[in-house]
Amino acid sequence: MISLYLGQQSWLHRRPAGLKLLSLAAISIGLYFVSHPFWMLAALLAVLALYASVGRQALRQLRLLRPLLFLFAIMFLVQWWSVGLAAGLTLVLRMSTLVLLANLITLTTRMDAMMSAITPLLLPLRLVGTDPARIAFAVALVIRFIPVLLAQLHGLKEAWTVRGGGRQVWRLAIPMTIQAIRMSDHVAEALAARGGIQTSPGHATHSSRSHSSAKESHSEG
Amino acid sequence: MKDKSLVQIALYAALVAALGFIPPVPFAFGVPITAQTLGVMLAGVMLGPWRGALSMLLLVFVVSLGAPLLAGGRGGLGVLAGPTVGFFLGWPVAAFFAGLVAQKLQRLPLLAATAIGAFTGGILVLYICGIIGFKLVTGNNWANSTLTMAVFIPGDLIKVAITCLVAQAVYKGLPGAVATRQP
Repeated sequence: MISLYLGQQSWLHRRPAGLKLLSLAAISIGLYFVSHPFWMLAALLAVLALYASVGRQALRQLRLLRPLLFLFAIMFLVQWWSVGLAAGLTLVLRMSTLVLLANLITLTTRMDAMMSAITPLLLPLRLVGTDPARIAFAVALVIRFIPVLLAQLHGLKEAWTVRGGGRQVWRLAIPMTIQAIRMSDHVAEALAARGGIQTSPGHATHSSRSHSSAKESHSEG
Repeated sequence: MKDKSLVQIALYAALVAALGFIPPVPFAFGVPITAQTLGVMLAGVMLGPWRGALSMLLLVFVVSLGAPLLAGGRGGLGVLAGPTVGFFLGWPVAAFFAGLVAQKLQRLPLLAATAIGAFTGGILVLYICGIIGFKLVTGNNWANSTLTMAVFIPGDLIKVAITCLVAQAVYKGLPGAVATRQP
């Protein structure tokens, strides 16, 4: 399953998602008022202690910071050069703390729990005629499409290597895009054949559903 | 919205995610470039402004929920707290403008229209969003923020070129798939 969530139990796993999100927001805002590198370092150590309290698996996820290291290095150098050493240290320490803390919430909160925690925020979308059920369906589609696309990409890459390969791997983007579009057409046809996306009961716009999907399958057939 | 549009929106969101699994290529001076913004520009050019923006909005949503779909396996709320948040949240805006400009320039040859569209959305607009985000998150001043981000521009210019070539090739094979160029 593609999610950062750690499938285990810890005291942080058991807290409700809404509470974790609110605390995260509060702490993140609070950290902006810390300007001394020493206190910033203390905050970072506190977050590392939180990781340790969740377990070894969580500590292993500290590697999520690695893709940012290059950018952090540039940020540090620019800040050092223009403001000073202390400002550079504070900046990079604060960024690391913020990112690690936010990641910790993601690591300990199931994706569906996160989704239901923010669903109240999506309700205004009903006013513009978007059913939250369709959004959930789209999210599921994205997650289902990714492994398929990766398998396609893998196949294309192998074929490219067998044909002799070369350095212009980016050329694979062309067949990959064409295959992906073909696939989405097939999925849309299959969906129309099954009566379209199921909307949640009582939704205002669902009366037009059967009509539009019938029209679509007609134009494609 | 029709079901077919919804499937296409999900597809391009997944395509950008899949492009993130291609390992970043260290470009000149070791600046890592990823293939993901290529997908953002493609989404705008291929789906048109509105559906392109919605598709990137969907990806932003899925990543924020905790899917590690950004290059290097990043994802979750950490992205929203990180220095690249402006770029991340700028994706829908970038796709919108890439699509809008490509659509307005239908009279030009496809290659030129997509080049200008992808450049406007994927570089001009995206960097404005990215630099604003960087400035807000890090508290840097404008000059420093812009200076830090400028190292990534050469790599993104290459992606503009690839976007045009892909769009042209797809248009030859499946003309109906390029929404910004309808007969």
